Amino acid sequence: MPTVSLEVKAISAATTPAPGMKEAPRVAKLIDVSSCIGCKACEVACQEWNDLPPSVDRPFTGSYQTMPDLSWNFWQLIKFNEILRGDGRLEWTMTKYQCMHCADPGCLRACPAPGAIVQYANGIVDFVQENCIGCGYCITGCPFDVPRLNPQTGRVSKCTLCSDRVAAGLEPACIKACPTNCLSFGTKEKLLLIAHQRVEQLKERGFPNAGVYDPPGVGGTHVIYVLPHADRPEDYGLPKDPKVSWTLKLWKGPLKWLGHLIVFGGILGAFVHYLRFGPHRAREEDTGK
Amino acid sequence: MELTRRSFLKLGLQLGASGALVKALGFDVRPALAQTRALKIERTTETRSICPYCSVSCSVIIHTLGDKAHNVTGTTVVHVEGDPDSPINRGTLCPKGITLKQNIVNDLRLTKVLYRAPGSDKWEEKSWDWAIDRIARLIKDTRDRHLIEQDHKGRVVHALTAIGVIGGCTDTNENNYLLTKAFRAGLGVIPLEQQSRI
Amino acid sequence: MTNGWTDIANADVIVAMGGNPAENHPVGFRFVMEAKRKRNAKLVCVDPRFNRTAAVADHFVQIRTGTDIAFLNGLIHYALQNGRYNEEYIKYYTNAPFIVKEGYEFDEKEGVFSGWDESKKTYGDKSTWDYERDDQGYVKVDLTLQHPRCVFQLMKKFFARYTPEVVAQICGCSKEDFLKAADIITSTYVPAKAATFLYALGWTHHSHSVQLIHAAAMLQLLLGNVGVAGGGVNALRGHANIQGGTDCGMAYHNTAGYIPIPKAANQSLKEYLEAHTPKPLRPNSMNFWQNLDRFFVSQLKAFYGDHATKDNDFGYHLHPKLPEDPQTGKPENWSWAFIFDAMHQGKMEGFISFGMNPVNNGPHSRKVIAALAKLKWLVVVETFQTETAAFWKPDILKLVGLKPEDVQTEVFLLPAANFAEKDGTFTNSGRWIQWKWKAIDPPGEAKPDQEIIARLFLKVRELYQKEGGKFPDPVLALNWWYTNPANPSLEEVLKEINGWALTDVPDEKDPTKVVLKAGDQLSAFLQLRADGSTLSGNWLYIGVYTNAGNLAKRRSTEDPTGLGFFHNWSFNWPANRRIMYNRCSADAQGRPWDPNRPVIAWRNGKWVGDVPDYKADAPPEAVTTGLGPFIMLPEGVARLFVPGQFADGPFPEFYEPLESPVKNVLHPSHSSNPVAVVFQTTQYDKLGTPDEGYDIACTTYRLTEHFHYWTKNNPYNVQLQNEFFVEIPEELAQKKGIRNGDMVRVISARGEVRGRAMVTKRIRPMVVNGRTVYQIGMPIHWGFLGRGKQEGGLANILTPTVLDPNSFAPEYKGFLVKLEKA
Repeated sequence: MPTVSLEVKAISAATTPAPGMKEAPRVAKLIDVSSCIGCKACEVACQEWNDLPPSVDRPFTGSYQTMPDLSWNFWQLIKFNEILRGDGRLEWTMTKYQCMHCADPGCLRACPAPGAIVQYANGIVDFVQENCIGCGYCITGCPFDVPRLNPQTGRVSKCTLCSDRVAAGLEPACIKACPTNCLSFGTKEKLLLIAHQRVEQLKERGFPNAGVYDPPGVGGTHVIYVLPHADRPEDYGLPKDPKVSWTLKLWKGPLKWLGHLIVFGGILGAFVHYLRFGPHRAREEDTGK
Repeated sequence: MELTRRSFLKLGLQLGASGALVKALGFDVRPALAQTRALKIERTTETRSICPYCSVSCSVIIHTLGDKAHNVTGTTVVHVEGDPDSPINRGTLCPKGITLKQNIVNDLRLTKVLYRAPGSDKWEEKSWDWAIDRIARLIKDTRDRHLIEQDHKGRVVHALTAIGVIGGCTDTNENNYLLTKAFRAGLGVIPLEQQSRI
Repeated sequence: MTNGWTDIANADVIVAMGGNPAENHPVGFRFVMEAKRKRNAKLVCVDPRFNRTAAVADHFVQIRTGTDIAFLNGLIHYALQNGRYNEEYIKYYTNAPFIVKEGYEFDEKEGVFSGWDESKKTYGDKSTWDYERDDQGYVKVDLTLQHPRCVFQLMKKFFARYTPEVVAQICGCSKEDFLKAADIITSTYVPAKAATFLYALGWTHHSHSVQLIHAAAMLQLLLGNVGVAGGGVNALRGHANIQGGTDCGMAYHNTAGYIPIPKAANQSLKEYLEAHTPKPLRPNSMNFWQNLDRFFVSQLKAFYGDHATKDNDFGYHLHPKLPEDPQTGKPENWSWAFIFDAMHQGKMEGFISFGMNPVNNGPHSRKVIAALAKLKWLVVVETFQTETAAFWKPDILKLVGLKPEDVQTEVFLLPAANFAEKDGTFTNSGRWIQWKWKAIDPPGEAKPDQEIIARLFLKVRELYQKEGGKFPDPVLALNWWYTNPANPSLEEVLKEINGWALTDVPDEKDPTKVVLKAGDQLSAFLQLRADGSTLSGNWLYIGVYTNAGNLAKRRSTEDPTGLGFFHNWSFNWPANRRIMYNRCSADAQGRPWDPNRPVIAWRNGKWVGDVPDYKADAPPEAVTTGLGPFIMLPEGVARLFVPGQFADGPFPEFYEPLESPVKNVLHPSHSSNPVAVVFQTTQYDKLGTPDEGYDIACTTYRLTEHFHYWTKNNPYNVQLQNEFFVEIPEELAQKKGIRNGDMVRVISARGEVRGRAMVTKRIRPMVVNGRTVYQIGMPIHWGFLGRGKQEGGLANILTPTVLDPNSFAPEYKGFLVKLEKA
């Protein structure tokens, strides 16, 4: 299989940068909220490609929104919001929510399991399921509240930006499906250019506060947004100024050795817990032999 | 994959053997070369088709297992994706098109001829030959009983209005044409309709 | 569609009205977004709900369901009053200068046209809905548009009533919102701008649906937006091959290629052709339907092969004739709702449904269930079990108070192959005929439809051969020539649809030359002959399968003009023409109205660009002397005034839905369409009134997450919308004590359904005639079978069997209900 631009840039719980790093084009996903029709092709394209099981009996959400929130089997969620603006104009915003693929990923900083979270040189932050220990530190470390624990497997999952497809030279499944070009895929440089052009168009069309969402608090993201009201990201369910928490920075900085001790303690704790209480559900083939 | 006691222990062993646990402590700098998941459509057979739902007619690529070699039989659909060549959809699809696999591979699909006898409250499985014979008999008997040869003014019409035929809005042009040819031009059926009015 | 999906990207203004393309045609909608992005186009959305299209619209106007004609008529009035029309265009390309017969009039007080018979509640005499003729039978015209009885002047008078104030009053929108929409839409009257109208079932599902589309067409013609790139009146349509089915004769009233079905009165081919071949109304009009004899004789050759000879009128006697209704003296009506009405009256014995689910998709589900229970036998050919096949199951049958043991219908459910399991062509709403290839075998014992049709037909034929029977002639004569008769190859069928020469075909101008050799596939309409030397199943599809092969398979992505024609991708009927009426894209001298978007242009003695919708060698000026651009019409020009073809008038008048919360403010005595079809034959045919408590207007629609009643079997789609719901305005919910997520009951005069309340800001109460009117809406898609919560949340339990008098489409979009907390 051809692999394109999947040199590793950073690995969770590793002490040094990954060696042999080559230059690779940084990829990104652009979400132009002004073009989203909430069709949900992205939601199911993701699930179908990743063979994630559907939640047929999910609760009624009170709106067109599929799920109340992201879930271990639901990595892309369009949030529907009815907003009555001051001038009496109704807006029905549809905002896709998923992993932001931060340049400075809080999840990766927080993760104590070696190789469970990987950041590729192209910017994709990927969870390697085999290495995940289910401690959930990534969940608390994420400034966007994205990773979700599968209680059945005890592992955490999230959008991979279809690293398997990107590695083979394809675009992510959600982006390919999107009918209105609300989603685009390409190098971050190019997409920023397009994003700013769309912002200019929006300004001409009566959205003076239109802007690009690429929050600096996490070093910028590889998922960027065009927002018609960029002054109010919270209207779209996006945090106004997300940051990697200072504790994580400290931990992975001057106090790294201490961090690793704590992490090791965490692993030991999980190990002991596991041996004592066992898995959530054992398979026949394992218990029988 | 679910995490089980055995695989958990295995994981621990692997971590130990690969030195990853050591690495976690900051003593080892062995690089972890990430291995992404294998591409699930890497060697599938691609067939060009058209989405059967709305009237936009997006082109889709159906990925099936096997390479259509002589001994390949009874395969299944692995994935359906938009065809980037189509000027209409250029690879994009809606939430219905992108999940077409479930329209093809679905345990609710009908695979047997089913029959419900008069007054019955259940289906019975039947053979095709039985069903074709029985339905043909019913068509002929109804036609022989009810074919209108002349209208109230004595004009020849040879029209059959005791049988209705509907269908075709998601079937091919060729099958629509065959329906009108066999049932109207052949058997004289007048009530022949599809979805267009409703 | 007059244009196609790719062409929408050429528009300057997109009007989404009577349709919700973002919701129902999301991929087609990508061209709307492209027009917005690349041309800075404006999207105007007019709908009873703030829907997914509204979410990305530049201007949204909420109107009361069923009032679209008032809104459109207001736009026409605005265009006429403000001089926002293309004068040269309407002069040469429409019947604006035609003079109408004396005696034609419209009674503004009563809301009826001349010829109305109040005692019989019908238009007894439509003779005044016509043009004035000269002694040669041609129409009199006044190119100055000044004659008081010319269509243009009559229009000015007719539409003058639709002032912005009246529109606001009827539709329940604000005058300002209307005026803003009017300004944006009519701004495209200048030659270099185009607006496209995208409509779908939101227009066709009314008791005045044909006049609604008529009104839109009139407006587009006034603005000069028909035939141009980025323009047109575009029916988005709802199913993969609804267009192809319509083209291929799946309607009781015509055979393939829109050839009118022979009637009882047409006892010979000669009588048939005389009755159905139009005479030109202008001296040089192309009047293309004058070729009906070629189309129909070639079709009879396709049907009956060697049994169709010159001596036997090409087998005309073998083809059924539409009987006459002894009561009305008119041909019988066997359109959808009439079929189920007749079935309920016990007039039908057997019924065969290929991939249709009338219990769910027809109006008034209970009437349909009760009708099916009266059949002797029912055959359903399907990929999944449907409510129609399973109508005899207790939970469905209880809707009509019956038990399985009460129902003597024999039911056959035959497992069918789906789209991926057979090849063949689909025709999309832009008329592109695209081939699909078979990907996989059908599951289990499922079979492709062609095999099911063929085996049933051949078995019946065998019975007639063995036993004889009533008029076996057409059964025995049918031309079933396929190499594998029990499972015809769809390639072969497509070849037949296109047609071929049976003998050498000489040139009509020079008989020494041969146009086609025997066996050649046809490649042009006028290669057809009426003497039996050609065969063609559907003249309209000629060109799809020529000697060059199956052109529906073409996959060239080149688009040299950049206008999205894609002439070498698949095949576009008619004649691979991508934009219909494209002669109108250029002025009388043949210069494109917009030099940047030339569809066709007259250069060096010929038309270049798209395949011209005009006589190929006619110079542009011919258009000023009667060779009009609408070549299918005997007038040669578009009909603003419709001379008698419609049941309800030559101009589109606003009528309320049959069930409406208010009376028509213009003429309360004829509040709704006076000639709408209202069934009163069964106990199920009931209408509700506000006085009886049915005072909430209700409409039905689709969701983007589901397709009709199929995807309720697909887990992913079920997850996306897994429960039947009712959208309720916040104010109404508050009044009724309903909270978001509560269960509610919706009751019409026909039945009731239960669903989850979805309380929303997106439908606002409106003030109509000084009264607050509430609207609610509900999606279709649910029923009794499938995955997830299928608990009988079937919207069509509520809908009435009320039909448009022209198209016989039911009024799903605008009926009355009561709403209660369950």
